Amino acid sequence: MEPFVRLEGVAAPMPIDNVDTDAIIPSRETQSTARTGYGEKLFANWRYRPGTREVQPDFVLNRPRYAGAQALVAGRNFGCGSSREAAVWSLSQFGIRAVIAESFGAIFRNNCIRNGVLPVALPIEAVEALLAELQDEAVAPRLAVDLEACTVRSPSGAVYPFEIGPLDREMLLEGADEIALTLKKRPLIEAFRARDRALRPWVYAR
Amino acid sequence: MAQTLVEKIWAAHVVAELGDDTDLLHIDRLFLHERSGGRMLQGLADAGRPVFDPAMAFGTLDHIIDTDPGRTDRTKFPGGAEFIRAFREGTTAAGIRIFDIDDPSQGIVHVIAPELGVAQPGLTLVCGDSHTCTVGGMGALAWGIGVTQGEHVLATQCLPMQRPKQMRVRFEGALREGVTAKDMVLHLIRLHGARGGDGCAVEFAGEAVRALSCAARMTLCNMAVEFGAWTGIIAPDETTFAYLRGRRYAPQGADWDAAVAWWRTLASDDDATFDVEIVIDAAELRPSVTWGTSSEQTVGVDEPVPSPAAIGDAVARASAEKALRYTEVEPGRPLAGTAIDAAFIGSCTNSRIEDLRAAARVLAGRKVAKGVLAICVPGSTPVKRQAEAEGLDRIFREAGFQWREAGCSLCFFNGGDSFGGARRVISSTNRNFENRQGPGVRTHLASPLTVAASAIAGAIADPRDYLRR
Repeated sequence: MEPFVRLEGVAAPMPIDNVDTDAIIPSRETQSTARTGYGEKLFANWRYRPGTREVQPDFVLNRPRYAGAQALVAGRNFGCGSSREAAVWSLSQFGIRAVIAESFGAIFRNNCIRNGVLPVALPIEAVEALLAELQDEAVAPRLAVDLEACTVRSPSGAVYPFEIGPLDREMLLEGADEIALTLKKRPLIEAFRARDRALRPWVYAR
Repeated sequence: MAQTLVEKIWAAHVVAELGDDTDLLHIDRLFLHERSGGRMLQGLADAGRPVFDPAMAFGTLDHIIDTDPGRTDRTKFPGGAEFIRAFREGTTAAGIRIFDIDDPSQGIVHVIAPELGVAQPGLTLVCGDSHTCTVGGMGALAWGIGVTQGEHVLATQCLPMQRPKQMRVRFEGALREGVTAKDMVLHLIRLHGARGGDGCAVEFAGEAVRALSCAARMTLCNMAVEFGAWTGIIAPDETTFAYLRGRRYAPQGADWDAAVAWWRTLASDDDATFDVEIVIDAAELRPSVTWGTSSEQTVGVDEPVPSPAAIGDAVARASAEKALRYTEVEPGRPLAGTAIDAAFIGSCTNSRIEDLRAAARVLAGRKVAKGVLAICVPGSTPVKRQAEAEGLDRIFREAGFQWREAGCSLCFFNGGDSFGGARRVISSTNRNFENRQGPGVRTHLASPLTVAASAIAGAIADPRDYLRR
């Protein structure tokens, strides 16, 4: 997994709540068993005219001002809905490495952490202030997101600290393979199962 | 120390403490489906990792298979054959039991997990599907995961999980005629928002919950994820035990007695504390229908749709305005009377035998309105067979409903099967997101009773008008 330490780049505003995973990547766009090729499918229903790959010029990621966006800023409950990990793959393969929102769908957030995408939760007032700056045509819509310092810096230089659990932070900073870390605990897992089998034999019945 | 139901189950599964309020939890059951199961197994194989305990995993085909009568491996979903092939190959190579298209136990994962007795009280159960919380209705601690976490469970039978905040939602009093578990959960989300569950473990409790059948409990827990909860759960009781007894993968013999003895301890202690507690008067509820593109955009069928001007802050208001532009619903007026093009009964939310019986009460002796495409997709092959044994299929067909094979079907549009040109659909499913059921399709979520009544009326209708007559 590609580590996330910091990024400084263009951020696109999506000033709405409940951006769901069906919007991030429609089900019909996940017709491959592969884990690649999702970048062009990101937000397909909003990014393209219905049933085509013709660009919808009004959609935020299609506006020249937000070209090359590496971050998104949205309202509440970003990534609610389906567990499809392709939602995160489409963001990261498009080039978006950080999403800032008031809150996230729980499964989407878990998927982000395991794919090198940083979910930053900020209070709604901070989100609204960031959205206002990013939408201000007089200002270049660039943010700095620093996971070591746990801060977001707005175009005008306002700094918003954020919180993230130390384990999630470490996994992102190091690009760790979580499965490998758990496999190292195999003796603990075996010991638990031996104890548990005595207490709950039906769980292990074959 | 006093513990909640979730804390008790959690404590029984801690393999190791990892710090940061995070524990390595043992996962008792993993359920796979053909949409993501093959990808999980392939990822594991690519990393050269064996499956830790294949007997703790099960699989079904539900997400992308066709639901038309006489279906085969060919799917309307483009590329579906490859998903099916990869799933069969991967599960066969790993030694994982699956319930294939022609298996008499096949069906939607969250419908068959309880039917088979795979979902049991006190188990940790995960699946690569967000509605895995459904089987919280059996008293299991169950939640949806992505592909990477699925690989993690396959490889280690464990997941590192942060201890969740605890919420209890109590529905006190009794539901009135025509009001169902679907209306309970839609009302909860309406009151507290699609993020109201705040990532919590939500225990549903109270007199109205205790009175629910297992099927209705699963409907309630199914939409915990739409409430923004990490999961939902209901304490197991005699209703649960009676449902489970004798099922294929339920504990047998002496194990059954030992299991029930433990399950009886799985209730929140009287003095257990919750981070959040919500109390709702069940007697106040009415049939609910969504008007927007989030489940929080819900209203009683006979109440006016709210005006965005009356809604919260700028972002929430902009979201409501965007939703109304999409659904073309007029604020200030009730949804009842809004013409529909299609009606759908199915999905892991509302496709169990109890749901079909309820809809049949409304449909018996009536006809679907002209021009309305009406489809019923039973949640599992056993549900379908049971319905046919009871003659419900005849009631559906004679009313004008299509009667299909079990699967997820039109709960979501995958590029294949569709509602034809239908623009407005009333649906017993769980998501009314933009384009969820097809490009441009406006979805109104409701109970099977409300869907059936609306199919007859040709417009969104109050089911109570059809139950009284």
